[in-house]
Amino acid sequence: MSNILLEVKNFNVTLDGIPILSDLNFKVEEGEFLTIMGPNGSGKTVFVKSILGLLPYHGELKWNKKPKIGYLPQGMNQLSVRDTPLTVKDFFYLKKIKQEEALKHLSLVGLSNDIFNKKAGYLSGGEFQRMLIAWVLASHPNILFLDEPTSTIDIVGGKTIYSLLRDIGQSQNLTIFNVTHDLNIVYAHSTHVLCLSRLGHRCYGVPEEILTPEVLHDIYKSDIKFYKHEKEN
Amino acid sequence: MPNQLMLSLISGIFISGAAAYLGTIMLSKKMTVVTDPLGHLALPGAALAMIYGFNLSLGAFPFVILGIFIIWLLELKTKLPMETLTAIVFAAGIGIAFLFLPIDEAEAALIGDISKIGFIETIVTIVLGIAVFITVNQSYSEIMLANINEDVAKVEGINVKFYNLIYLLSVAVIVALGVNLVGGLMTAALVAIPAAAAKNLSITLVQYRWLAIIFGIISAIVGITASTFTGLPAGPLVIITSGIIFLITIPAAKA
Repeated sequence: MSNILLEVKNFNVTLDGIPILSDLNFKVEEGEFLTIMGPNGSGKTVFVKSILGLLPYHGELKWNKKPKIGYLPQGMNQLSVRDTPLTVKDFFYLKKIKQEEALKHLSLVGLSNDIFNKKAGYLSGGEFQRMLIAWVLASHPNILFLDEPTSTIDIVGGKTIYSLLRDIGQSQNLTIFNVTHDLNIVYAHSTHVLCLSRLGHRCYGVPEEILTPEVLHDIYKSDIKFYKHEKEN
Repeated sequence: MPNQLMLSLISGIFISGAAAYLGTIMLSKKMTVVTDPLGHLALPGAALAMIYGFNLSLGAFPFVILGIFIIWLLELKTKLPMETLTAIVFAAGIGIAFLFLPIDEAEAALIGDISKIGFIETIVTIVLGIAVFITVNQSYSEIMLANINEDVAKVEGINVKFYNLIYLLSVAVIVALGVNLVGGLMTAALVAIPAAAAKNLSITLVQYRWLAIIFGIISAIVGITASTFTGLPAGPLVIITSGIIFLITIPAAKA
């Protein structure tokens, strides 16, 4: 049974005259946990931003269902909110989310009510990240875009966040687009993977089927080898 | 002249209160310093107003709008940081101002002249002050979300360009009004200091917003009142008052 949510055809992104992504073609089914992986500079963030309409692209992008998107960008860290007196409650106010809705989602991600009146910039890293997940979910999206949601927290914290996301995703039939360069997460949580590389290699499919050593070599090692080669000379 | 004091006080309260409220947004945008060059850009306008005998704010307004347009355009075209553009526009504003400005008579343009504000001007000030307050209040959560992360705001369906325009227009109005109260040299203080003092004491956004307004209003009342008793100009006294409030809040500063 296929329930195609998004069709991407001949998708190209060029920024300041430099081609970042070229000729991407794939389909995303409803309820997929799609991880976009690849080394630094391979265009993961650009890909997400252009799908969200934040960057210009050429090609076809077809949503078969009206997307209601929740977006957690890269670099949404605590430092960026310390300049303003913002409690967790205020954070939800910025999106005009009602208090009971906010509290419901905070408990969904395992946070207790008493952080509601604490300053968001001074929560622990893990708490802050969970709060952001609750913040994204509280607007009731049917599609999530997460750009390195665990890059600022340790591995254990990161794993818990992903288990949480997968559970919530399954129970609410969310389609999740997740950016990471962490291979463990791809295997543990993704239903599908889209890999990008600086040299134009790419793959799309079910992780266990397509992430062969050769493919991984193409995606990651080709870049690394290139540098090693230069150093050895 | 109790009537004149009343007009000065009322105008001062509306200018300073609205400026402080806008300041809470500018502070989190790290843009309070931008008001200074805009104030300096207001100087040529204020100079013309003095030469031809009309209200300082009225003369200042078109120049501030021009300044905002220049900064906006330069940022778009050069992608230079706001602070660099600010420095460029700052120097140009001062330079042009002193071409026009008869230095001997420059005092009002430099440090403000709220003590001579007329009845009609007071009414206009009240209306504009309220307009800025309502505008900022209605768009507060949208602008603040865009401050924290512009992309998230866009994905949430917020028209960031529209809110930026609204915000910049509010800044223009406040700078033009501020020239009357504190002159063209100290306008940044009018938006920055009450917000900074409020930030020192606040944990929540609500506290931050209200404390800033209260500090702005207190500064205006104390400064203008002190001016009538001492004969010293009101503008500097307003700024000094808010400076003192800021100093008092420092020990309580929330990290």
